[in-house]
Amino acid sequence: MRIRTASVAVLTGLVVASLALGACAPKKPPVARPLPPPPPTTPDLPPPPPPPAPVAEKPVITAPPVAEDPMASRSIDDLNRDSPMRIVYYDYDSADLSAEARAALDANAATLKKYSAWTVTVEGHCDERGTAEYNLALGERRAAAAQAYLVALGIPASRIKTVSYGKEFPFDPGHDEAAWAKNRRAHFVITGK
Amino acid sequence: MPTKRLLSFALMALGAGAASWARPATPSPQSQQQSEVILSISGEPGARPRYAVPDFIARAGDAEAQAAAALMGAVLWDDLAFEREFYMVPRDTYKTIPAARSFADIPFDRWRELGVDGLVSGSVERTGPASFRVEVRLFDVRSRRSVMAKEYTGATSNPRLYAHTASDDIHFQQRALRGAARSKLTFSSDRDGERVANAIAERDVKEIYIADYDGANQKRVTVTRKLNLFPRWAPDARAIAYTSYRSDFPDVYISLIYQGTLENPTSGRGQNWLPAWSPDGTRLCFTSTRDGNAELYLMNRDGSNVVRLTNNPAIDTSPTWSPGGTQIAFTSDRSGSPQIYIIDADGLNLNKITSESWCDRPTWSPAPFNEIAYASKTGPGYDIRIYDLATQERRQLTSGQGSNESPAYAPNGRHVAFMSTRTGRKQIFIMGRDGLGLKQVTTVGNNYMPDWSK
Repeated sequence: MRIRTASVAVLTGLVVASLALGACAPKKPPVARPLPPPPPTTPDLPPPPPPPAPVAEKPVITAPPVAEDPMASRSIDDLNRDSPMRIVYYDYDSADLSAEARAALDANAATLKKYSAWTVTVEGHCDERGTAEYNLALGERRAAAAQAYLVALGIPASRIKTVSYGKEFPFDPGHDEAAWAKNRRAHFVITGK
Repeated sequence: MPTKRLLSFALMALGAGAASWARPATPSPQSQQQSEVILSISGEPGARPRYAVPDFIARAGDAEAQAAAALMGAVLWDDLAFEREFYMVPRDTYKTIPAARSFADIPFDRWRELGVDGLVSGSVERTGPASFRVEVRLFDVRSRRSVMAKEYTGATSNPRLYAHTASDDIHFQQRALRGAARSKLTFSSDRDGERVANAIAERDVKEIYIADYDGANQKRVTVTRKLNLFPRWAPDARAIAYTSYRSDFPDVYISLIYQGTLENPTSGRGQNWLPAWSPDGTRLCFTSTRDGNAELYLMNRDGSNVVRLTNNPAIDTSPTWSPGGTQIAFTSDRSGSPQIYIIDADGLNLNKITSESWCDRPTWSPAPFNEIAYASKTGPGYDIRIYDLATQERRQLTSGQGSNESPAYAPNGRHVAFMSTRTGRKQIFIMGRDGLGLKQVTTVGNNYMPDWSK
């Protein structure tokens, strides 16, 4: 681009010079000669700037969340991956809430009160020792017991759905009491915020 | 009697559209000629008749027909052995007997030397690029008479179905027995190894499968990448009702497997599980939490006319209908642990029939038997038990080999399918209602919750 602009300027100069020479020379029959191309209208402008080179994008640094609430900025997936909601455990063939289960539910109720927009699904699960058919109902009974406790603490029932998976999704694949104890549970999944 | 008149009927569109291979073929009306004399083959006094089934006869040079002919002989032998009505002479003892090239040159003397009373001989004839005509004859070896002759026409794609149909015909003609050879199983399986990310963890999915009663022709029915559990055959064996989490909440769905359509009669009211068809196929009994806890409900097949059957703060679930459709057996823990109860279909006359450690999945037998099979906790695992409603006696089919759960009756009531962990993973097995004749049906992945077509 730059080269072409320069050559056009040189050419224009040559044409002007030859015209001046012609004026002084003895008269000659006019000769048709090609006209030079019209000079570019803005021959002296600097070349257009090159397209901006891609600049390595800097990570967007969000303003640090308002200090009191690290939960607010996290996605639902992140929240569930490292959940603030505690798991509630049950005894064999039981949906009764032990002292530990109630403590876990008290903590979950406090979390749900603090984040009043959150909605949760309570998954009821069973260990492998019961039959698959009955365990669907037992898992539902566990989830419903957790839901009822939270409702009694003032959490609206509309924020808590329940679903039973029976014994289909063990948390621990083992076949001993340690594994079974982990599998008889109500798991809280945050579904909206 | 030179030759018996051939009763022929067509196996409609064998394998062409999956649509018809599950349907029992309907015999065409019998011709008007003479009334048939049914000849029953008997064995030595006090012993079951001894049957042999060599490879069927096929024309040399047609490799597909020859392979089909060999397969039909083997499958028919297995089908006949399954009902234990005949003593089946092992096939590896037939080697010394020259193979017949037609029904006319069967060496009856040689079969008689082997102690065979009834010889089933068949021929496979190609009638088109993808069609066979199969003729099956049952000979009384002593008299050399053909006591049964049937002709079947259909596709080349599923030779096993010719053998299954012949087996059912032989059982019906010789024993007035409704065979199970054309019946099918359905079950839930994780064999595809698919896992789906959940908010909490990766989880296995389970899909609904179907198979022939002997485990052949296993086919996937659902493609949801979710949990699909407790399939139950509709009485016409053309639809399967089951529990699916395809919406992430359990609900009752019906797959019309030959039309490829899906129905959702409960449409998401509460959690809905464990649909069970009424014997006439017009209604379903199922478990629902729509009123707060697990109760039994009845509804029409299209979801209309929902009636609540039980009303108890305890769990009521796992229903099964009596063969007449007047009663329902189910599992309830209203006594403190899961036990089996019977209630009339109008909600009256509740009766508790078990008082054991933990009982579940009652399955009512078809007539002529009047019994209920269920899973009972007998140790670390479960065993299949049967409660006889007439005598109120119970017997145990399995004996502590792994855990044995979810029994389902064969359409003739003579066999039970169930899930067992005896080989490690969860697999489907079948056995006679006397506890004999154990046979493993599935081998790939985990397979559970079987049901047997009616």
